[in-house]
Amino acid sequence: MIPLSWYLLFAAALFAIGLYGAIARRNALAALMGIELMLNAVAINLVAFWRYLAPAQMNGQVFAIVLLAVAAADTAVGLALIISVYRLQKTVLPEETDLLRG
Amino acid sequence: MLTTIAFLLPLPPLAAFAVTLLFTRRSRFLSTVAAVGMLALSFAGALILIGGALQRGDLALHPLAQSVEWIPAAAGNGAGQGALRIGVLVDGLTVLTLFFVACTLLAIFVYSIGYHHYGQPAGEEDVPGLPPRGAPAQESGGPHRVPSVEPLYSRFFAFISLFAFGMLLLVLSDNLVTLFIGWEVMGLCSYLLIGFWFARESARHAAVKAFLVTRVGDVLMLLGLALCWQFSGSLSLREILGAGNLERMAQSPSGVLGLSAAGLAALLLLAGTVGKSAQWPLHVWLPDAMEGPTPVSALIHAATMVSAGVYLLLRVAPLLSAAGSPATGLSAFIGAFTALLAATIALTQNDIKRVLAYSTISQLGYMVAAVGIGAYAAAAFHLAMHAFFKALLFLGAGSVVHGVERGAMRAGAHAEAQDMRAMGGLAGRMPLTFAAFLAGGLSLAGFPLLTAGFWSKDAILTSAFNTSTLVFLALALAALLTAFYTGRQLTLVFLGEPRSEAARLASEPSRWMLAPLGVLAAFAVAAGWAGIPKDFPVIGGLLPNWIDSLLSPGTGVLSGSVITRLMETRSPICCTLVAPEAAPFSYGSMLLSVAVSLGGLLLGWLAYRNFRAGRKDPLESFLGRAYGFIQAGYRFDDLYRIAFIAPVRWIADRLVSDWIDRRILDGALHAIGRAATGLGRALRRWIDLPVINGTADRVADETKRAGGELRALQSGRVQEYLLIGLIAFAACGAALLYRMMTMP
Repeated sequence: MIPLSWYLLFAAALFAIGLYGAIARRNALAALMGIELMLNAVAINLVAFWRYLAPAQMNGQVFAIVLLAVAAADTAVGLALIISVYRLQKTVLPEETDLLRG
Repeated sequence: MLTTIAFLLPLPPLAAFAVTLLFTRRSRFLSTVAAVGMLALSFAGALILIGGALQRGDLALHPLAQSVEWIPAAAGNGAGQGALRIGVLVDGLTVLTLFFVACTLLAIFVYSIGYHHYGQPAGEEDVPGLPPRGAPAQESGGPHRVPSVEPLYSRFFAFISLFAFGMLLLVLSDNLVTLFIGWEVMGLCSYLLIGFWFARESARHAAVKAFLVTRVGDVLMLLGLALCWQFSGSLSLREILGAGNLERMAQSPSGVLGLSAAGLAALLLLAGTVGKSAQWPLHVWLPDAMEGPTPVSALIHAATMVSAGVYLLLRVAPLLSAAGSPATGLSAFIGAFTALLAATIALTQNDIKRVLAYSTISQLGYMVAAVGIGAYAAAAFHLAMHAFFKALLFLGAGSVVHGVERGAMRAGAHAEAQDMRAMGGLAGRMPLTFAAFLAGGLSLAGFPLLTAGFWSKDAILTSAFNTSTLVFLALALAALLTAFYTGRQLTLVFLGEPRSEAARLASEPSRWMLAPLGVLAAFAVAAGWAGIPKDFPVIGGLLPNWIDSLLSPGTGVLSGSVITRLMETRSPICCTLVAPEAAPFSYGSMLLSVAVSLGGLLLGWLAYRNFRAGRKDPLESFLGRAYGFIQAGYRFDDLYRIAFIAPVRWIADRLVSDWIDRRILDGALHAIGRAATGLGRALRRWIDLPVINGTADRVADETKRAGGELRALQSGRVQEYLLIGLIAFAACGAALLYRMMTMP
C-alpha cells in the first residue's frame, strides 16, 4: 500500500503549482484554474487523511464532497466576475484591472 | 345681584376691545357691532344698577358695596388685615357719575360711527394714520368728492372700548388700586387716541405731551396711594375714609413740610387731579390734545377722563376735609385761578375745538374750586352737567367741522375746517346742528332758568358767595368770560354771513351724528332741573331736588364739620360724598350769575356780529399786544420748554449721554473689552497655536504621510495582494516554526 506521505507530497506539489498559477499567470482564467488546483490539493489531503487515519468515519469524505460543491460555486462566481470585468474594461488581465489602486 | 352687575359692568367693553383687535379688525361692521353692542350691554347694566341702587334709598350712609380678596399676602403695617381687597362701591356719587358716563359713552360711540364715515367708500389716497381725504363720487350734479371712511376704523372702536372699560372700572372702584388702574388705562387710551392720526407730527407730539404731563400728576398720586397704604394699611376707600382712620391720619405727622399724613395724602391726590383734569400748572396738555378725532375730544377730553380727576377729589372728599387748610385752600386757589386763566385764553382762540378745550379746563377749574371750598354736591352736580353739555358742544363742533369739510369738497376748495374765522352763517345750512350747539352753548354760558349749566354753576357760585369772596369774584368773572366766548363762538360759527366758500356749501352730517346730538341736547337743558334748590324763588320745590337727595345722607344735608358728624355717627362707611350745609339761596349771587351770563352772551354777540374775514379780531384791537400773549396761552408752553424741557435735554444730552454714558460707562466697557481682547490674543499665541494646533496638525500630517507611504501597497491588483498574503503567511509560519523549534 502506498504510504500516506506520498499523497501528502503529491497534494503539496499540486497546491504549489496552483498557487504559482494563481499568482503568476497573466490571464484571469488561468489564475482561476490555479485556485481550483489548490482546492483540489486540499481535497486530496482530506481524502488521504480519512483513508489512512480514520477510515471508519465518514467525515473526510463528506468534507471533500462539500469542498467540491464550494469549488463549483467558487468557479461560477469567479467566471461571472471575469465576464463582468471584461464587459466593463474589455480585458481579462488582472494586472490591468486596478480600479481600486490607492 | 346688584353687586354682581357692578362687578361685571366694566367687562363687556374690555371684551369688545379684545375681540375687535384680535378678530374683527378687517370688518368694520363686526367691529361696530362688537364695540357698540358691548357698550350697550354695559349701559343697560348701568341703568339696572342705578335703578336698583336708588330703590334702596339713603345711599350715603348705606351704599351698595362688596369686595373680594385680591392679593392675599400683601401684608400692610397697621390696621389692615394683611390682604389687598378690591371691590365695588355704589353710592350717590357713583350713581350720578355712572349715569352721565354711561350716557355720554353710548352717545359718543354712536356718534363715532357717523364721524368716521361708516358706509362711505374708501378713499384712494387715504393712508392709515391720516384723516380720510375723501373719495370721488358720481352723484347728481356731476362728479365731486364725498367723505371717505376712516382707514383705521376698527382700531378706533377698539381703543374707545378699552377706554370705556377704564372709566367704568374707575367709577365703580371701592379702592384706590383699581381706581388707579382705570385711571392709567384711560391715560393710555388718551395717548393712543390723541395720536390716532399718527402720521401727523403735531398729533404725535400732542400725544407724548399729554402722556408725559399727566404722568407728573400720576406719579404724585401714586405716592399719595403709597402714603395712604402706609398709614391705613389698606387701600380700600371705606377703610381709608373711615372716621377712626381719618382721625389717626390727621393727627400723625408725615414728616414733610410739617404736614399731617392726611394733609400730605390729600395734596398728593390733588396733584393727580391737577394732572388728569388739566388744572394749572399742568393744563398745557389739554389744548394740544385736540389733535385727536373729535369724538375723542368729546369723550376723553371733555366728558369723562378729565372728569375723573374731579371725581377722585370728590371720592376722597372726607380726606380733604380732614386734611384741612393746605389741601382745600390750594384746591380752591388752583381751581379758581385755572377757571379764570383758561377762560381768558379761550377768548382769543380761533380754532373751534381749542376754544372748547380751554373752556373745559376753565369749567373743571370751577369744580376743583368748588371742592376746595367744600361745595361737594355742587361740584358733583356741575361735573355731571358739564359732561353733558361739553360732550354736546364737542360733538356739535365735530359736526360743524365735517359740514365745512363737505362744503369744501363740494366747492373743490381746501378749507381750514376748524378755523372759526372762515365759518359764519352755518345756522341756515345746518339748522339741527345749530340747535344742538345752541343748547350746549347756552348751557355752558349758564343761560338763566332754562339750562342745566345755569343750575349747576349757580350752585357753585352760591356756595362760593357764602364762603369765600375771592373765589366768588374769580368764578363770577370767569362766568362772564365764559358767556362772552360762548357768545363769540356762536356768533362766529353760526350767525352772520358765510365767510368762505366751504361754509356757504356746508351741510348737515349723517343721522348717526345727529341722533346723539339730540339726546345730549335734551340732557344739556333738562338734566339741570333735577338740581333746582328748594329755596329758589317761584320754581324752587316744584321738582324734587334729586341731586341733593342723592348726594346727601339722611335728611338731605349734614350740618357741622364733616369729621365731627362722622365721628358722632361712628359709621363704618363714610367714604360717600358728604355735603356740608347747603348754601342758602341769595338774591345777590343769583342776580349776578344771571347778569354775567346774559351780559357775556350779549357782549359776545355785539362784538362779533359784524366780523368780516381777514379783519382784525375786535378783542385784538382792544387788548393790543397782550392779545398775542394771551392767544399763545400766556406762553406757558415756552416757559415749560425753557424751565423744564431744556434743562432735562441738557442733562440727558451733555451730562448723561456725553459724560456718564460715553465717557465713564463706555470707557469702562471699552477697557474691559480691550483687556479681554488682549487676554484672548495671548492665549491664542502661547497656548492655542503652539500646543493645541501644533499637536493636532502634527497628528494629521503624520497620518497623511504614513498613508502616502502605505499607498504603494494598495496597487489594486488582485495577484499582488495574493502574493503579499503569501509572503506574510510564510513569514508568520516561519516565525511560528522558529518559536516551536526553540522552545524547550
